[in-house]
Amino acid sequence: MASLLSSIKDHHSERRLFVGRVAFSVLLALVLLGTVVARLVQLQVFGYEHFAERSQGNRVRIEAVPPIRGLVFDRQGRVLAENLPAYRLELIPEQVRDIEGTLTRLAALGLIDEEAIPRFLELSRSAPRFKPVALNLRMTDEQIADFAIRRPRFPGVDFRPRLVRHYPDGEAVAHAVGYVGALSTEDLQALDPARYAGTSQTGKTGVENSYESILHGHAGFRHIVTNARGRQVPASSRDLLDTLPTDKQPAPGDNVYLSIDLDLQRTAYQSLEGRRGAVVAIDPWSGEILALTSAPSFDPNLFALGMSSAEFRALTGDPDQPLFNRAVVGTYPPGSTIKPMLAIAALETGATNLTRKSLCRGWFSLPNSSHRYRDWKPEGHGEIDLHGAIAQSCDVYFYEISNDIGIDRMHDYLDRFGLGHPTGIDIVGEVAGLVPNREWKRQRFGPSPEGRWYQGETIIASIGQGYMLATPLQLASATAAVATRGIRYRPRLVAAYENPLTGERTLTAPERLADVNLSSPFYWDGIVEAMYGVMHEPDGTAYEVGSDADHEIAGKSGTAQVFSVAQDAEYNEEELEERMWDHALFIAFAPLENPQIAVSVIVENGSSGSRVAAPVAKAVIDAYLGAGHAP
Amino acid sequence: MRLSQTQRAVVGAVAPSGGFGRLMRRLNVDGPLLGGLLLISVFGLFVLYSAVGENLRLWVNQLLRFGVAVAAMLIVAQLSPDFMRRWTPLAYAGGLVLLLLVLVTGDVSQGARRWLDLGVRFQPSEIMKLAVPMMAAWYLHDRQIPPRISSLLVITLVIAVPTFMIARQPDLGTSLLIAASGLIVVVLAGLSIRLILGLAVLSVPGAMILWTFMQDYQRQRVLTLLNPDSDPLGAGYNIIQSKIAIGSGGLFGKGWTNGSQAQLEFLPERDTDFIFAVMAEELGLLGVLALIGLYMFVIGRGLFIAIQAGDTFSRLLAGTVSLTFFIYVFVNTAMVTGLVPVVGIPLPLVSFGGTSMVTLMAGFGILMSIHSHRKLLPH
Repeated sequence: MASLLSSIKDHHSERRLFVGRVAFSVLLALVLLGTVVARLVQLQVFGYEHFAERSQGNRVRIEAVPPIRGLVFDRQGRVLAENLPAYRLELIPEQVRDIEGTLTRLAALGLIDEEAIPRFLELSRSAPRFKPVALNLRMTDEQIADFAIRRPRFPGVDFRPRLVRHYPDGEAVAHAVGYVGALSTEDLQALDPARYAGTSQTGKTGVENSYESILHGHAGFRHIVTNARGRQVPASSRDLLDTLPTDKQPAPGDNVYLSIDLDLQRTAYQSLEGRRGAVVAIDPWSGEILALTSAPSFDPNLFALGMSSAEFRALTGDPDQPLFNRAVVGTYPPGSTIKPMLAIAALETGATNLTRKSLCRGWFSLPNSSHRYRDWKPEGHGEIDLHGAIAQSCDVYFYEISNDIGIDRMHDYLDRFGLGHPTGIDIVGEVAGLVPNREWKRQRFGPSPEGRWYQGETIIASIGQGYMLATPLQLASATAAVATRGIRYRPRLVAAYENPLTGERTLTAPERLADVNLSSPFYWDGIVEAMYGVMHEPDGTAYEVGSDADHEIAGKSGTAQVFSVAQDAEYNEEELEERMWDHALFIAFAPLENPQIAVSVIVENGSSGSRVAAPVAKAVIDAYLGAGHAP
Repeated sequence: MRLSQTQRAVVGAVAPSGGFGRLMRRLNVDGPLLGGLLLISVFGLFVLYSAVGENLRLWVNQLLRFGVAVAAMLIVAQLSPDFMRRWTPLAYAGGLVLLLLVLVTGDVSQGARRWLDLGVRFQPSEIMKLAVPMMAAWYLHDRQIPPRISSLLVITLVIAVPTFMIARQPDLGTSLLIAASGLIVVVLAGLSIRLILGLAVLSVPGAMILWTFMQDYQRQRVLTLLNPDSDPLGAGYNIIQSKIAIGSGGLFGKGWTNGSQAQLEFLPERDTDFIFAVMAEELGLLGVLALIGLYMFVIGRGLFIAIQAGDTFSRLLAGTVSLTFFIYVFVNTAMVTGLVPVVGIPLPLVSFGGTSMVTLMAGFGILMSIHSHRKLLPH
């Protein structure tokens, strides 16, 4: 019965059951939906602040804005270093389907270096997401035009402007101004990361290096809106930002005014054309460097733009060493150019006086020695006084007096003129040169017999040979001290700097160093007159150069041996390789009364100071004084 | 009994009037249900415009799909429940054949074999979303209610075969939905509560067995649900970003098209599975609750139609279609808010994508047909 009843479909009970189940389902559904709503309330009401903050942090990224590097001007406000827009070809790997094919096509158009394709492929694989790979750091106008018309065929490749340091007079000023180059790992450790955020270059040499902290400025930052892939979104999407911390503008670096005179610098550089050497010109009354050049030079723009490894190898592998700053790092035997300073030492120590004469037979030897120290003039100068010994550069006269002065006192007087110490110029890496004495030799070579000072070493030191070494800058600075009759200033390249926003200028005050005080002003007169004689007296060593000079110049030639000539051997320059020829040196200042410029010149292997280096010094002086600087 | 405006709408007390009303009745259209669905869809299209990044082409695309889905609903509404019931076994068998074809020859897309190209590219699993509950209801139509154990075993087979075939594609979301719809039929048919509880207990070892069948990415989804912060840039990224989007929306939202999480593409799949998070970010809790209210109205109306239905097949089918729709809503919102694992189930009528929308609207067509044919059936 029951089974029969149950087998018949009972629509009413079935519907009741169904309604019950629907009610059960609705209940369950409400519980589940209630859970979701509770969750939403948890997230959106109680978690609101937490998630709002996280969403803000998600989309806003801080980007560094590098400062604009200060400009470098010469003393007349002409640009020596500026920032110019350059165009760089870039590839964003994520946006290029066939990277290798794209690179090959770019190489076929001459837009990139074909040999570098494997390196670009490697960079594309390892570059961070959406970080562009630089394919060509400096596109020429033709390359920009070539690429611009084909741009649609190269998705993911584009050229972008950036500011690049530019040196309009590159080679002529390279060793004074220096250059900027890519930040190295060591640089990054030494520099303040906050100041250098967003910067990829730093000053490497010259003023660019030593005034880095003034030129660089301070990096700023700004907030940018990015999407999930780290790409910056268009400015219109910035509407999304409700409240953002304020951006910080970068503070540009100060402009720097050098004491260099660009015209004079060019003259100095051109007068060394085809030579290896250096010229330094100083304003003796302030220590301001008027010209500082080293030849051969290089194009500093190569470093600023980035160069190929082949170009870099060519620079570093050049036997003439164009990167070597001969003016401040090059050390040379000063030769006879130290004679005016030694004459001061002789007068002050009483080793000679302004009237004493001596007989020069062409050679000198120490008592109890047969060794002959030869004069440059084999037949000798005959009867000669201190004036003549300087004007005609008599070696024997100085051999004699050096024996009386002694090496230690020679050292002390040369030391007062700044030889043997860095001058303190505002360029990093300057070297000290060397003025030997007994103490130095003992420390350098140890106790006797190696560290013992020999009398013969004093003799050759008197003509600036042997151990003695000086930089062209030191010689120019010492010459300036003679020109001012003992007043010395620290040489420096930067005369002023200026805040580009306010125009406020800060002058760098001349820094006076210890004077060279003499017991009689007549000593200065005697020395300066003798140096005048070098240029303007018929038997002066540089009379040929000085006779037609526009200005009264005081000078001193020097010819320094690169290698020693054996006893009694004849020096024959034609038999020697050019690199074995003597170095040619010349120091000078002018005008004679009220000197305005002191110059030192070195021409490596120039063989004769008076014939090769003196014309350079005269050209520089004429250029400076002739250009309206004469009193 | 005085009814509120909403209640009257739910129980169909406000009948459409005039010529438009007659046309609606002639077309077997249920006014309140259509109204609810249209409101959800308009709301959805509004949100979608922002979620596709104001891309008008994609938006118009979705609008056209919605048109197709409405057309499908109207066509299905014209078929009588009897007609549907007669064709159910054939539809189910056809669906199985197509599923088999998919497993053998289907198009692979994103690592899964789901699509079949028979002139028209479609997913046969969509057919099964309706065919499985129909088949279960068909089987129970002439049989004793509550069902006997033997009936349950047959129905289990009816559900399990397509579920596993779809899980093999793999398409975990759809296979779970289909299994759920079959289960709903059985529950609505009066399966004893004790048995349901028993099944719930059994689900623990069941889940362990399911675990062994899961693909790696599916397991990963489950694991990340438990601790999304363990892998913030990998598997947990979706959930973390989704929670940030929802939470930062607050009560009132950041404003339409102003959701930074959505507009700056921090939110993954913002126009499909995670569109709910876009809405929560831009329209806030209030906007989300409004949509949930609309969903509840449509589900309520569907269950009301089911209760009013005159025969077992119609009743079970109408109830199942309504509750499956609820499952959609629940699983999507729960997964986006990080309550359940991320299974690829879209937010019905809002997420971008056409196939599931057509199936859903066809399901509502069935509801409308059942409702307008209820008086023609014998009691």
